[in-house]
This record gives sequence, C-alpha cells and structure tokens, in this order.
Amino acid sequence: MIINVARKELKSVFASPMGWVILSLLMFAFGTQYLNAVNDYFAVMSGAMRPAERTGVTQFVGQSVYGLASFIMLFAVPLLSMRLISEERRSQTLPFLFSAPISLTEIVVGKFVGLVAFLSILILFIGAMLSTLNIWADIDFGFLFTNSLGLLLMVAGFSALGIYFSSLTQQPVIAAILTFIALFALMMLDRFFGDDPTNVLGSLSLTRHFQSFASGLIDSADIVYFILFAVTFLTLTVRRLDADRLRG
Amino acid sequence: MNNFTVEAIELTRLYGGREAVSNVNFTLSKGEVLGFLGPNGAGKSTTMKMLTGNLAPSHGSVKICGIDMIENPKEAKALIGYLPEMRPLYKELTVDEYLTMAARLHRVSAKHIKKAVENAKERCGLTHMSKRLIENLSNGYQQRVGIAQAIIHSPMVVILDEPTVGLDPIQIRDIRTLIREVGTDHSVIISTHILPEVEMVCDQVQIIDKGKLVFNGSIDVLKRQRVGNKLLIGLRNPPAIEEILRISGVSEAESLANGLIRVRYAENAEPAEAIVQAAVQQGWGLHQIAPDQTSLEDVFMQLTYQEQVAV
Repeated sequence: MIINVARKELKSVFASPMGWVILSLLMFAFGTQYLNAVNDYFAVMSGAMRPAERTGVTQFVGQSVYGLASFIMLFAVPLLSMRLISEERRSQTLPFLFSAPISLTEIVVGKFVGLVAFLSILILFIGAMLSTLNIWADIDFGFLFTNSLGLLLMVAGFSALGIYFSSLTQQPVIAAILTFIALFALMMLDRFFGDDPTNVLGSLSLTRHFQSFASGLIDSADIVYFILFAVTFLTLTVRRLDADRLRG
Repeated sequence: MNNFTVEAIELTRLYGGREAVSNVNFTLSKGEVLGFLGPNGAGKSTTMKMLTGNLAPSHGSVKICGIDMIENPKEAKALIGYLPEMRPLYKELTVDEYLTMAARLHRVSAKHIKKAVENAKERCGLTHMSKRLIENLSNGYQQRVGIAQAIIHSPMVVILDEPTVGLDPIQIRDIRTLIREVGTDHSVIISTHILPEVEMVCDQVQIIDKGKLVFNGSIDVLKRQRVGNKLLIGLRNPPAIEEILRISGVSEAESLANGLIRVRYAENAEPAEAIVQAAVQQGWGLHQIAPDQTSLEDVFMQLTYQEQVAV
C-alpha cells in the first residue's frame, strides 16, 4: 500500500514537465561541476605540491560534486516537498486518500518514499557520472558509496522535514519557505556551536553528521541520527493529519 | 447477525461546543437508496464525513457491514466508495491514470484493475474520454469521473455528496439511472437539496435540520403525507360555495385567486364522482378536476419548520 501511494506521487511529479525539468537542470549543474573538478584536479595536482599532500582523484572530484549536491538539495528538496500535502489540502483531494483503505501512516510514508525515490534518481545519476572516472583511473568505489549513502540519508531527512511543513499549511510556497529556513538553521548550527564538541545544539546540526560520510566514513551514530530525524518529522506529520480527522 | 450495511449509532459531532450533528441514528439495508435532505448547513456533509471515516465523531459509532469504523478503519473503508462535495480529482492525470490509481488504492487486485477501470468508465459513460486530462474535461464529465472513482472497487456502500450538482438535465437523468442501478445490489447514500430527485431515486429518506434527524422513513410515508385529501376543480360558471359544500363527502371548499376551487374532503370519502355529476347536472362548466398535491417542498418546509417551533 505504501508503494501505491509512492507510485501516485511519482506519477504526479512526472505527469507535468516539472519532474523532468528539475532532473535535467540539476544534472546539468552537477555535470558542470564534475567537468570543472576534473580540470582543476590536473591544475592543482600537477604543480608544486609534494607527493604526500596529493589526494586521489576520487576524493578531489567526489568532494567537489557531493559538496555541491548537498548544498543544492537544500534548495531543491523544499521546492519538491512543498506540494506533497499542502497542494492536496488546497485542491481538497485529501478525502480521496483518507477514505481509501489505507492508514495515515501509510499515506505519509508513501509520500515520503515517493519523494525520496525521485531524489535517489539524482543520487544514482551522480554515482554513475563519477564512476566514469574509472575509465581513466582506478577509483575508490567505497568513497562513492559512503557519499551516496550520506547524501541519500540527508535528503531523506530534508524530505521528512519538508513533508511536515507541507502538512501545516495550505500554501505550498509557505511550506517551501518554512522548510528552507528550518533546514538552513539546522545547517548553520554547526557554524555557531561547531567549535565546542560537547554542545548538544551543535550535534543537532545536519552538516556535522554529513561530514563523516563526506570523508568516506560510515558512522552508525550518523546513520541513526538521520533515521531518527526522518522518523520524528514523519510521526509529527501523521499526528498533524490525525488532528484534521479529530478536530475537523 | 443483521443485514445492515450501514449503522449509525448516536452519531454526534461537536465543533467547539456547538453541535453540528447531534444524536443521529439510522440503519440502511442492502439494496436500498437513502436520500439525505436538509437545508444548507444542516449537517449533511458532516454526517457523511463521519460515515466515511474522514472525520472522527465526538460520540457514537459507525458500523459498515458490522465493522466498526473507529476500531477497524481500514477494513471498513474498503467497503465504502465516497464522493465528497468537492471532487477529489488529480487534474494533471488522465481519466485512465486516475481511475487505475483509485483502483489500486482501493485494493483491487492487479489482475482485475483493467477490467474494473473499463467497467467503471462504461457505467459512467466515460469510455471515449479515457486519454483526456481530467483538467480539460467539462464540469459534468469531471463529476462522472468522481462517481466512477467511488464505484470502481464495487463497494458495499456508495456515499455520494450532492452528486448531481452542476450537471445538465440529460446528465442528471443518466446519473440518476446509474444511482438506481448501483442501488440494486449495493447500498447508496446520496445527499441533495433537489427534492424531486429524492422522490425519483430513493427508497428511504432522511431529513436533517440543525444537526438533528427530523424525519426518517420510507419515501412512501413522505409521499402519503404529500397527497392529502384535496381536490382542485375548475368551473366555468362557478356556483356559490355553499352549493359545493352540499355535495356529500365535501368538508371544506374555498375559491382560489386563480379561479379554481379547492375542495377538502373527509378521510375515506371520494367525492370526485359526485362533484362531476353535480357539475354536469347544474351546468357549472367543469373543465378541470385533479388531486391537489402539496409539493414536497411544502412537506419539507413543514418538517423543518415544526422543529423550529418546538425549539
């Protein structure tokens, strides 16, 4: 049943040109960054650097592309998640889902899975694009894997937050702005509290938890952080929709 | 086990202390069409939302084929097809895409989806619209898609909130036939404020006013209430009222502004023949005689008005 809701979401993304346009524009941005990074790699590494300071091509290009990707997702996810519930609220299509034999949790998780599935197309494409480096060099696939996993988990967290804000309002634009501000604030926490490793607020930062993935490290604490983050906001969304049913 | 498809038990819904629906009880059996009547804001839609599990009742419960809506919402919802007042259509999809999705969400098995979609389209006269975007369909066709979505999984209970709003007369006729057709093997609940519609399609009628059920019974009861013991006669050379009163069985007579005479008679008396005979013998120039029916509107007004007086 979750799959059916997810399929419905994917269908409506691709029913209009929007889904395709977003995919192609984002891939254009990542492709350009990839090309630049490869050029830069030769420029930087060929110079006066001592051999000990040189980094591998995977890390150099990968960090540049995944860094851009995580930054762009900060804007792309709110724009994609904003419609999920607020648009249905505005066009009064929610009763269609509510009166079908599916639970609220299935509806919310279905929408979440649909959005994450759409975004993972991008992550797969980025992975495939970087894998082409293997034609000329012997690249570190482990590094690509951790980065993709980290990006996927982070995007899942973004999406859950976006869905929650989308369930609060009837106006998709407001949902997008709120999501963006909240994500940006969570990113910024690292700036203010990052110096002090004991600070609780600092460890709430999304960036900090992405950092370990970005350097090729899979840390179970970070995986748990992103999963808890997503589950928290999905639960809040279910509760918000349940309040609709109870309060009317 | 009883055979009720829908049971509403003491349904009450409070909105911030104000009772939108209060203490509504009714049952519906298989193969019946129930008409829900009431003025604007009477609580028709609220009741329907509660029946379909879109709104939680403050007190009371709903059972669909014996399954409690609050305890087992998924099982109960699987037995319902619902068309809300605002059509829940995804306008960026085509009719086929939308109906396939609806079938899938209502647990129609993968093998039967295609057949279910074809069947629903055929019943609602949408076959030639399959590939059109819902956005580009006319209002009436969009309404048909809404109805198709509600009957696609052949549910036990079909609940339609004002299904004929915004349709042209031919479409209204088609939809009424469809409702009757669906009503033969399933139960149907429709809400409307078009009174003749109720008479045409419903077996059971409920009139709801200010959240309270003021009438609940079969349509025949309502029809009987309508007919009354009255005749309307038209005479070219009307005699004095007293002369008419002399005819046996006539209890009251009055001249109306439009030149006709309204005659009331006692229960069981049938003075029509006597009136005709008298008219012929005395040359009154009879040109019209017909039972005087109170319109359904009057009955409706009476019922909702009585309630106001009682309060």
